[in-house]
Amino acid sequence: MLETVDVCKSYPLEGVVVNALCGVSLRIREGEMVSIMGPSGSGKSTLMHIVGLLDTPTSGQVLLEGEDVSRMTPNQLAALRNKHIGFVFQAFNLLPRTTAQANVELPLVYGGVRGAERARRAVEALERVGLGNRTGHFPSQLSGGQQQRVAIARALVNRPSIVLADEPTGNLDSRSGVEVMAILQDLNAQGITVVVVTHDDRIARHAERIIHILDGQVRSEEIVAERVLAAQELRAMPAEEVAG
Amino acid sequence: MNFGEAFRIAMRALAANKARSGLTMLGVIIGVAAVILLVAIGTGVQGEITGQIEGLGSNLLFIVPGQYGGGMGGDQAPPARRLTLEDADLVKRKVEGITAVVPVLQGGATIKSGNRSMRVVVAAGNEQGSEVFASTLAGGRHYRRSEVQVAARVVALGSRVAETLFPGKDPVGQRVTINGQRFTVIGHYESLGGGLSGDQDSQVYVPVTTAQRLFGVNYINTIVVKAASADEVERVKGEVRRVLTPRYGEEFTVFTQEQTLGLLSNLLGTLTYMLAGIAGISLLVGGIGIMNIMLVSVTERTREIGVRKAVGARTYDILSQFVIEAVALSVLGGTAGIALGWSGAAAMARFTPVPTDVTPWAVALAFFFSAGVGVFFGVYPAWKASRLDPIVALRYE
Repeated sequence: MLETVDVCKSYPLEGVVVNALCGVSLRIREGEMVSIMGPSGSGKSTLMHIVGLLDTPTSGQVLLEGEDVSRMTPNQLAALRNKHIGFVFQAFNLLPRTTAQANVELPLVYGGVRGAERARRAVEALERVGLGNRTGHFPSQLSGGQQQRVAIARALVNRPSIVLADEPTGNLDSRSGVEVMAILQDLNAQGITVVVVTHDDRIARHAERIIHILDGQVRSEEIVAERVLAAQELRAMPAEEVAG
Repeated sequence: MNFGEAFRIAMRALAANKARSGLTMLGVIIGVAAVILLVAIGTGVQGEITGQIEGLGSNLLFIVPGQYGGGMGGDQAPPARRLTLEDADLVKRKVEGITAVVPVLQGGATIKSGNRSMRVVVAAGNEQGSEVFASTLAGGRHYRRSEVQVAARVVALGSRVAETLFPGKDPVGQRVTINGQRFTVIGHYESLGGGLSGDQDSQVYVPVTTAQRLFGVNYINTIVVKAASADEVERVKGEVRRVLTPRYGEEFTVFTQEQTLGLLSNLLGTLTYMLAGIAGISLLVGGIGIMNIMLVSVTERTREIGVRKAVGARTYDILSQFVIEAVALSVLGGTAGIALGWSGAAAMARFTPVPTDVTPWAVALAFFFSAGVGVFFGVYPAWKASRLDPIVALRYE
C-alpha cells in the first residue's frame, strides 16, 4: 500500500544541514491501523509529511501502491493527496465561516466532483461520523469534538487509501478524544487504512501496530498485545453529556 | 476546479469581510466614476462647440491677413498689411460659385441707452451677414444693402444686450449711443444659449462701413466667404488664393470651416485625454488599494491556503481563486463607479450649464480598465499565495 525505502530528509538550518530523518524504511499495509510514535523532535512530523505526500524526501523512495512518488512535482502530489490521503489535524483546520458540509466538500471541489453528487457524498460522510444533523453549522457553532469529526468526514469523503491523523486528540478533552478514537477504530473496522501520529502511548495503543521513531530513525516496531478499544472506554465513562 | 467554483469561493471570501471589501471597492468606484464623469464633460464640451461651428454651415471660408502655419499659437508677427473692403469686392467679382462674401470687422465698445450701459463686442458685416452669423431675429430686421453703402447708424442687438438696455420693452426703434455716437435699433436676436464659444448674445451688429468710421480704421479683420455647396469649398479656396496673391503675395491665409473644426477638435480631444489621464491616476490608486488588501488577505488566510493544498488544491487553483477575488472587487467597483459617474454626468447636464456626454467607448474603457487593474494588482498577491508550502502554511499561527 504505502512504503518508504531508506528515506532521508535534511534541512539547511542556519547554515548547518540538519538530518530530520535518516534511513527510514517502513511499510503500511492495506486495512491496517498503525501508530507512528515518538517524542517531539524525533522526526515523526517530518515522517508524517512525507507519508502524507506533503513533502518529498531528500533521498530514498516513497512508494504509493507500488509507484515511486518521491520525485513528483508539487502539483502532481496535490492530485495524489486529493485521491489517496485524508488528513486529520490536531488543530482541526476547518475553514472558518464555512459550513460543515462545505468543509467536507472541499476535497471533492478539487477532485472535480460536482453538484448533487458532491452534496450527497458530503452528507453521507457527515452521517458516518454521526453529524448528519449538523450539515449547515459553522465551525464556531460546533464543539471541539464535533469539529474534529467534521475534519474526519472531510478526510473520508473522497474515499482515500489512507486516513492520516496527526495528534487527532491533542486539542480535545478526554471524552471527545475517546470518541474521536472510537470513530477512527470504527472506520478501520470497515476496511479503511488509518495511520495515527502521536506522542501519547495510550492513544498509540488504539492501533494494531506501533512504529517507534527516535532521533530520525525507526527504533522499533511493536505489535500491540492489548489493543485499547475506544468503544469499551466510552461505555466505562460516566454518561454525562452525550455529544453529537 | 472550474471557473464557477472559483468564482463562488471568491464571492464567499468577499462576503465574509463586507466592510473591508466595500472600502477597497470604494477606491475603484471613485476612480471609475471620475473617468466617466471627466470624459463625459470633455466629450460634451467638444460636441457642443463643434456643433455650434457646424451650425454656421460647413461651406464657409475665412480669409485673414498674415501667414499661419499648421500649428496653434506660436510667435507670428502682426500682419504687415490688413485686408480692405476692396479685397472683399474683388473676391465677390472674380470668384465663381459663391453665395455670399462678408467683410468682418470686430471691436469693443460701450453701448448706452439712458442711464443704462454695457461693454459689448461690435461685430460688423454687410447685408449678407445673416448668412454667416448663426442668429435668428426675434424682432425687427437686419441692416440693408443701402444702409451698408451709406454707413447708416443702425444696430441690431444680441439678446442679452437688448435685455440689459431695454428690460421688458421692444428695443426696435429705440435710440442708443455706441462710443458716444447715436444709433437706431432696427432689430434684435434670439438667445443662442449659454454657449462656451464666446458670448454671441452680448454682441451688437452694425454695417461694416459704419464700424470703420466708429473705430476710425480703413481695414477689416476677416473676409468670410460662403461657397455655394460644401463640394465647392476646395475649388473656391484655390480661386481666392489666385485672386489675392497678386496683391498680398503669401501674406494672407484661407481657412476652411473644416480646418477650423479640425484644429478645435484636436485641442478639445487632447483636453479630454488629459482629463481621462488624471482620472486614470485615481483608478491606479484604487488598484494599489486592491493589491494591498489582497496581500493582507493572503497573509491572514495562510492556514486556509495550507488546508486547501493539503486536500488537493493545485498551484493554479489557489492562484485563480485569489485573482478572481481581486478581479471581482475591481469589476464590482467598476460597475458601481460607472453607475455613479453616469448619474453624476446626467445630474451635471441637468443642473449646470456644463454639457456632458457619456459615450459607450468611455464606459467600455472604464470597465475593462478596472478589470485590468484587478488582474494586474491581483496577480502578485495570488502568486504569493499559490507558492506557499502547505507544511509551512499548516503550521502558521
